Amino acid sequence: MSSREINIVTPKQDAAIAPRFNLILGDNPSTANLRRYLSGIPKVDAVGLEQRAAALSTRSIKSTSKLKSLDKIIELIDLTTLEGADTPGKIRSLAAKAIRPDPSDPSTPHVAAVCVYGDMVPYAVDSLRYFNKMRDGNSIKIAAVATAFPSGRASLNAKIVDTTEAVAAGADEIDMVIDRGAFLSGHFDQVFDQIASIKAACRRPDSTYACLKVILETGELNTYDNVREASWLAILAGADFIKTSTGKVSPAATLPMTLLMLEAVRDWYQLTGERIGVKPAGGIRNSKEAIRYLVTVAETVGEEWLQPHLFRFGASSLLNDVLLQRQKMKTGHYSGSNYVTID
Amino acid sequence: MSHMMIPKTYKLYINGTFVRSESGRSYQVFDKNHVFVANVAMASRKDARDAVVAARSAFSSWSGASAYNRGQVLYRIAEILEGRREQFIAEILQAEGGGRANAALQVNETIDTWVWYAGWADKYAQVAGNTNPVTGPYFNLSVTEPTGVVSVIAPKRPSLLGFASAVAPVLVSGNTVVVIASQPHPLPALSLSEVLATSDIPKGAVNILSGNPAEISPWLASHADINAIYLIGAGDLNWADLQASAAETLKRVVPPEADNDIASRSLERILAFTEIKTVWHTKSLS
Repeated sequence: MSSREINIVTPKQDAAIAPRFNLILGDNPSTANLRRYLSGIPKVDAVGLEQRAAALSTRSIKSTSKLKSLDKIIELIDLTTLEGADTPGKIRSLAAKAIRPDPSDPSTPHVAAVCVYGDMVPYAVDSLRYFNKMRDGNSIKIAAVATAFPSGRASLNAKIVDTTEAVAAGADEIDMVIDRGAFLSGHFDQVFDQIASIKAACRRPDSTYACLKVILETGELNTYDNVREASWLAILAGADFIKTSTGKVSPAATLPMTLLMLEAVRDWYQLTGERIGVKPAGGIRNSKEAIRYLVTVAETVGEEWLQPHLFRFGASSLLNDVLLQRQKMKTGHYSGSNYVTID
Repeated sequence: MSHMMIPKTYKLYINGTFVRSESGRSYQVFDKNHVFVANVAMASRKDARDAVVAARSAFSSWSGASAYNRGQVLYRIAEILEGRREQFIAEILQAEGGGRANAALQVNETIDTWVWYAGWADKYAQVAGNTNPVTGPYFNLSVTEPTGVVSVIAPKRPSLLGFASAVAPVLVSGNTVVVIASQPHPLPALSLSEVLATSDIPKGAVNILSGNPAEISPWLASHADINAIYLIGAGDLNWADLQASAAETLKRVVPPEADNDIASRSLERILAFTEIKTVWHTKSLS
């Protein structure tokens, strides 16, 4: 293995990343050193992890807690539409739903964010402008997927342009994908460079940064060990959030994978005192499943993480199921699909 | 070689699979002489809810099947039932008594009921629909459509024929059903689920629950995703309350039948679970 310097000019000069980087790799940030560090991370006990996740799925949630959980889930949802057929009208209706998920019940909270393709950001900004102006500080964020989502197969320049355009259009958050091909063939430095470069591209003119969510696409990384390494790699390279999946690959988010990533986040917090967010995305379709994720978060990193800036659900159909459950709890009878919107 | 008897576990039939109640409950079923026969799953409201979800998702495929195809599938239920008549005769005899000849007669009647309704699948619409007279250059057509998801409370007796007489007419037009089987005699209906499972009927189109109708039916009556409730076997329940609660979500309610009418076959039973849609269409564009 070559021990060339990691080719990241920007991050090393960049105040946002340098501290993490130097803390772990010291003053010798070579490729070999990064590789040595990642391969030195303890391997995952797969049986133990799955057993722990299964145990966390059996917690019994009683009705008052359940109602609170449902509201919490809504507050943590990144309401998502990532289709080739997305239109400005679709984005407007998504934004309307994000603001008021259940028009029949004004006590329903709004979602955390809408998540759209980069070219749809202006329509999302437009649709949410008035609402966000009215409630400064508790606004609905706009997340854009970038870096040749979902495959990530494009040149670094194209990925950077993809990102800067989305940020310039008003995206508050960038959901980037890692280059799984590079990761699987062992080019950790390349993955690191790309994440760091995208982090740099998240910088706004006023020196603030758009929140960077790094999608590992766990369904393509094959092993728990890979996911653990990729989680650390992403955190080291400057991720504000680590996210399981694009939703375009099966399997998408699973509870063991999410638990594993939460453990990485917990360990990072214990090491540095810095809080990284986690976003399971794709495949979480009903409230029961989502509540298991809440339990897993609360029992792994603590209830403090159950806030929109530290935990999100990437979902589209989940919201309707939560609304149906919520209606059931409020009215006392089962609701039906005619009582929520068709997305 | 001696053979040890392997008794059957009678389970619910939800979404094309045989499941135990999510509540873990069961109840004992006795034969005509009050001797224990089997433990049967006792469905809870959550099983009913799961069954409604299954019925709702099966609705598009079953109602979307051509009328000819629905007729063939219902006919196939009769075919498979014919091949297993001995099993059903034995189960009816055990549950209801009354002699083998009567039990055999009930199985025959059940098979004939499926065939009778199968025949209607591609014909009832011609009888119920209409081209309405109008004084303009267009057609005005009334056509029938299935009501949607229908919950059925099956009669207690006759255990097999009552079940078929309640469910077959609902299925003909493309409705999907959630049915609560006879509480004292559920075994023939639960065995019929094995017939349904091999009959090409889409999974979820028929869901069979065993349990206490008085406990489950209020949840079905108030459920907003159910379009009609067939109270054919609910005569001894407080069905006025069910009717009132069904009204909250504008459900069609079909009241209980008198005991001697339970097994009668009629076109009205099919039409009770259809809606009439009237459309107009130009006669020509020239």
